[in-house]
Amino acid sequence: MSVETQESVDLTPLRPVLTRLAPQGRSGLLPTLLEAQTHYGYIPPAVAAEIARSLGVPLADVHGMIEFYALLYNEPVGRTVLRVCTDPACALRGGERVLHAACALAGVEEGGTSADGAITVERSPCLGHCNSGVSVNVSFGRPVRNITFAHVTPETVGDLVDGRGRTTADFWSEDYVGGDLCILTPLCGRGRRTKLFEYEAVGGMQALRKVLSSMTPQQVIETMRRSELLGRGGAAFPTWAKWEGAAKAPGQPKYFVINADESEPGTFKDRVLLEGDPCRVLEGAIIGAYAIGAGRIYIYIRGEYPLAIERVEAALQELREAGYLGERILGSDFSIDVEVRSGAGAYICGEETALFESIEGKRGFPRVKPPFPTTHGLFGKPTAINNVETLAQTPYIINQGPDAFLRLGTADSAGPKLLCVSGDVVRPGLYEIGFGVTLRHLIENLAGGVVGGKLQALLIGGAAGTFATPAQLDTPITFQGLRAAGLTLGSGAIMVFNDKRDLRDILRRLARFFAHESCGKCYPCQLGTQRQYEILDRLAEGQPLPGDVIRLQDVGWTMTDASLCGLGQTAASAVLSAMKHWPDLFTNGSARHA
Amino acid sequence: MPEVTLTIDGRTVTAPEGTTILKAAEAIGIHIPTICYHEACTANAICRMCVVEVEKQRLLQPACVVQVREGMVVHTRSERVERSRRTILEMLDSAVDLSDAPEIQAQMAEYNVNHNRFPGAERRTPPVIDDNPMYVRDYAKCILCWRCVQVCAEDAQYTFALSFDGRGFRTQIGTFFDLPMPETTCVFCGQCVGVCPTGALKPRREWLLEQGKTPDEILQMSRTARRKSRRAQR
Ligand SMILES: Cc1cc2nc3c(=O)[nH]c(=O)nc-3n(C[C@H](O)[C@H](O)[C@H](O)COP(=O)(O)O)c2cc1C
Ligand code: SF4
Ligand code: SF4
Ligand code: FES
Ligand code: FES
Repeated sequence: MSVETQESVDLTPLRPVLTRLAPQGRSGLLPTLLEAQTHYGYIPPAVAAEIARSLGVPLADVHGMIEFYALLYNEPVGRTVLRVCTDPACALRGGERVLHAACALAGVEEGGTSADGAITVERSPCLGHCNSGVSVNVSFGRPVRNITFAHVTPETVGDLVDGRGRTTADFWSEDYVGGDLCILTPLCGRGRRTKLFEYEAVGGMQALRKVLSSMTPQQVIETMRRSELLGRGGAAFPTWAKWEGAAKAPGQPKYFVINADESEPGTFKDRVLLEGDPCRVLEGAIIGAYAIGAGRIYIYIRGEYPLAIERVEAALQELREAGYLGERILGSDFSIDVEVRSGAGAYICGEETALFESIEGKRGFPRVKPPFPTTHGLFGKPTAINNVETLAQTPYIINQGPDAFLRLGTADSAGPKLLCVSGDVVRPGLYEIGFGVTLRHLIENLAGGVVGGKLQALLIGGAAGTFATPAQLDTPITFQGLRAAGLTLGSGAIMVFNDKRDLRDILRRLARFFAHESCGKCYPCQLGTQRQYEILDRLAEGQPLPGDVIRLQDVGWTMTDASLCGLGQTAASAVLSAMKHWPDLFTNGSARHA
Repeated sequence: MPEVTLTIDGRTVTAPEGTTILKAAEAIGIHIPTICYHEACTANAICRMCVVEVEKQRLLQPACVVQVREGMVVHTRSERVERSRRTILEMLDSAVDLSDAPEIQAQMAEYNVNHNRFPGAERRTPPVIDDNPMYVRDYAKCILCWRCVQVCAEDAQYTFALSFDGRGFRTQIGTFFDLPMPETTCVFCGQCVGVCPTGALKPRREWLLEQGKTPDEILQMSRTARRKSRRAQR
């Protein structure tokens, strides 16, 4: 093939990567591309061709893969890449000004690379540090390192070039962790990873010991059923039902997947859990794997969470050395290990079937369901997939029993819940509550109340969520209570906006997020997210066109009703709810509180 | 095969288990519009033009892949269905050059599409790619139905010359690092051209005739091209 002769790229650094990962075949594609990029800064055609040959993947598909993932490049970029978050929580803290400062520094427009090849500046979707924005993800050096920084200002953004400046870890204490309960988070928010022996010292890994020594898989599933635990990833599906489905499904091997792709704007709970207390999550996953009879666990962590990836790897090493992973763990008949997979910049890969595609070495296109993951999941095999927080709940349920768990919540919503509070409050942070407290308690008592003005709006459930008004503050936080108020808890993100904020600017940012993250597979979302963004962009500029309200509704309802996956189905949710609460926002007039 | 009985637009239908709503409706003469669906290709439920309302289901269901179930009650022309179909067509029309897509034009007429529904909307207007003697690629006309990619891959040819550039609205069918077709694995079987519904893929001769070239000129051009390519191979 002519590409290989066209340029002279030294393939030496690629060889060891291929030796290690090529045996995985296509499934090794994303890890190989990510690692190759740490050596070359991007994926040169000759490197892509060599990867294609070694892994047995068609050339075109390798290219399609690079094109899909925002963190992969098929042409050279700056030695430092600054990805500045301008999504709502960071925008409230000056994300746009940080972006402009970065552009000025490099002398480029957004998306451009400075003439000397030193700096590339990009606008980034939410980086999961909404409690401590402005957040900037930085790639720099050779081999390329990646760090996500918090609390960046226009004045300090220049310090991040070449990875200088303060790291997320330096800001750890600012991951404020609080709330009424301390069941999932006692070891989080301490500025460091909790080591295995520390977790064990407070009863950690006892649940796994109990399961392996005295419970059958069916008994584990039965315990989960009685706990009434609902998934914390957004869809609130009963965890036991997934486990039972995968346990009963014919086919081997089976897989257990930890969904740590957390990318919903406003959400950072899974990051705090994985950075602070990864063993708890992994213990939950090993229990789940035992319950379904899985042969392997994958944890898919978003690529913008390098610290979480590093700490999970470290925790896995400790768990292996202590005999919690590997052959015949703790002297039982059960053998299991965990493989870490890094995402590469695609919100859609949090959707379970898109996540499977990604692990399989493909573009993150969601699959048509049915068939469901429990019967046809990863590699077409029976699979259970759970959110990080869901799994962090499991050890407690096993140790204390389902009744103790039920007592922590309300009749329809069992257990503790993590809520990510960001925006205009005194103490943005992660709050652990028991289901049943009100939004008012969360905002006024726990988060310290609204700053900078009076409360104007809450956005509950992230970009895919719905707006609530101050009049809804006494709504109890339960699945049913929120549903009755026309709200959904989603991923547990709650963004707070004071009355000085222009909600039209927030809506434009949400719309840009979806237009940027739509995978493009189905027409309603591929086209609708773009049309919605264009309309909300001109609205935020104070220049709506006649008919834009109806246009937004038609686009919004079509995406909601007809899209293939949850991304498109919720891409208009916030907009349609805002339209219901504040119709005057959408008609002509000067920009409110600009 | 066991049979199931369901209702489509008030009419009772019996169909073998595993039949799609699309086929069950067709069997009793109810036409459900489709864009991406093609008999020869794996159905990926991309266009969502075929959505129908199924009672007790929160969301509209794509008839080309959803299978019939006992007691199902289907409405193929409800208000929600019509709004989605019209909006999908209007959005497509606002993004893509549909002048060479007669089936979609007929659908737009049937659904009373407003051709200026989205003023100021960004259109996809990449330049025509004329890089091989067999066919031209005019992706300004491409509706991303995936058919060409699929027939080039597992649905027929196992050649894997095509994939996607970008994502979301900015998706475009592409080759490895956007190489010209002759430098890819393409074997010029023409299957992709055969399944393309919009004229985005077109035999080069047809395209040249449209550009006002005479058949003689075309013959002359292809001879020159062949000579050139033979020289390049040496
Ligand atoms: C666009 C999209 C993004 C998603 N992202 C995530 C995610 O980052 N983490 C997650 O746990 N679930 C995410 N989900 C939900 C998953 O598809 C799935 O429901 C979840 O992992 C199941 O875990 P649970 O049952 O423990 O909640 C996403 C869904 C959609 C549609
Ligand atoms: S809804 Fe959006 S993200 Fe989901 S398949 Fe369709 S285009 Fe892709
Ligand atoms: S080029 Fe034609 S066949 Fe291929 S995706 Fe576009 S419209 Fe479909
Ligand atoms: S990190 Fe910026 S909004 Fe979440
Ligand atoms: S025809 Fe059913 S989705 Fe395209």
